[in-house]
Amino acid sequence: MIKLKFDKALIAPGGTLDLSIDCSINKGDFVSIYGPSGAGKTTLLRIIAGLIKPETGLITAGNNTWFDAKKKINLKPQQRPVGLVFQDYALFPNMTIKENILYALGGKHSNESFTEVINLMNLEELLHRKPDTLSGGQKQRVAVARSLVKMPEILMLDEPMSALDNEMRRKIQNYLLEAHKKFNLTTILVSHDVGEIFKLSNSVIMLEDGKILRQGPPADIFLNKEISGKFQFSGEVLNISEEDVIYIITVLIDQQVVKIVAVESTASQLAIGDKVMVTSKAFNPIIQKLA
Amino acid sequence: MLDWGPILLTLKLSSIATLILLVISIPLAYWLAYSKKRIKPIIETLVSMPLVLPPTVLGFYLLVAFSPNNFLGALLDEWFGLQLIFSFEGLVLASVIYSLPFMVQPIQSGFKNLPQNLSEASYVLGSSKFKTLTKILLPNIKSSLLTGIVLTFAHTIGEFGVVLMIGGNIPDKTRVASIAIYDEVESLNYATANKYSLILFAIAFVILLSVNLFNGGYLSKFLDDKA
Repeated sequence: MIKLKFDKALIAPGGTLDLSIDCSINKGDFVSIYGPSGAGKTTLLRIIAGLIKPETGLITAGNNTWFDAKKKINLKPQQRPVGLVFQDYALFPNMTIKENILYALGGKHSNESFTEVINLMNLEELLHRKPDTLSGGQKQRVAVARSLVKMPEILMLDEPMSALDNEMRRKIQNYLLEAHKKFNLTTILVSHDVGEIFKLSNSVIMLEDGKILRQGPPADIFLNKEISGKFQFSGEVLNISEEDVIYIITVLIDQQVVKIVAVESTASQLAIGDKVMVTSKAFNPIIQKLA
Repeated sequence: MLDWGPILLTLKLSSIATLILLVISIPLAYWLAYSKKRIKPIIETLVSMPLVLPPTVLGFYLLVAFSPNNFLGALLDEWFGLQLIFSFEGLVLASVIYSLPFMVQPIQSGFKNLPQNLSEASYVLGSSKFKTLTKILLPNIKSSLLTGIVLTFAHTIGEFGVVLMIGGNIPDKTRVASIAIYDEVESLNYATANKYSLILFAIAFVILLSVNLFNGGYLSKFLDDKA
């Protein structure tokens, strides 16, 4: 269990921002931090990593105290068992991919965990390339591998997929889920994408103006509770067309384009580009065996 | 026959001063690039002073400070047997002070231009500040280091006022090429002055050309083609 309770005054684009956090994260959780730009999401990760020192408060992980303003305890980033994947990846340009990852192990020798993350992130063929010859998705995988190789207890990712196309996003999301399970990680992900949050995380922290508005499972945070769908998919509205008395809503779910019938009252609330949740009750869908 | 003494002395002085400055400037530039201390602007200004200060002013104060009649000069002589005026050691010290900004400023801006994330990523991965400096920061500011080294070297070759003030014109001790040129012109030996000048011109050209080739990526392209 990680307990976070601290305050930090920040200089933000619109003046000062008081980041005031009070929450706890269970071991093994996949937590997403969701909120508008400038809400303090990145700063929260940087404080947990030890790159920024809060003014007051306490950060503990299990029985270990990482930060305690009263007792003047503040573990350096080097002493905290965390991995942090930066938004721009922060790969070292002077080193090859292999050297980048081995750097996290403090030297030149590879070990089991090295082989394991290389296999998991599918990096064998890139090992001898330099970072500036890689695509965004490849850099992303390297950055995750580099953070994973020293076996952190907590893996933190700062909007890791914001610069990737959908296909690549999906792949990285799968890699992340696999790593999360395989290494018994506690993962904290900053994300703007509701679909991604539903797919990956079991808990959401909603941050706005430096304060936690709500914390809970994604469905509690983003959905009205009265829906009791057995099937849920999140997607994006691509098109809305009127057909006689009904409306056809075209929705992009993951990689599939789906058409859904809606009545006028529902359709009038929607606009192209809206994020939507498509649910279906158990007795409704048609099941067909795939050949 | 041309006396090569002044040229060799110049090259020796420039090499030693550049080497000393490289060692001093890396920590100094690191501190200037990352420190948030209030005293920083003052140190920054002091480092840059030789850029605007007439070399004769600097030379004059060094001459006064290191004169054996004064406290500091007497102390150095008594404790270390160092006589810094009219000696090669004095020239080295004066050159180090005089060329300091030419080494510190490129390295400092090199550090500043690196993304902050690189050092932070290194810390989170468990590396100390020193390891981050040697393995991450310095290898990624190679061109800044090279610029600093070359500017310092070239600038030390060209210095005149400070050398004249503190070193004088003692053959094979303090008579560097720029002084020799002045000396020859004063004695109306234009031909010799011209030879020294041409050599200095050639050295400066070759140095700057090699930097441009290196930093412009021409050399690496050439090497890649061969490989």
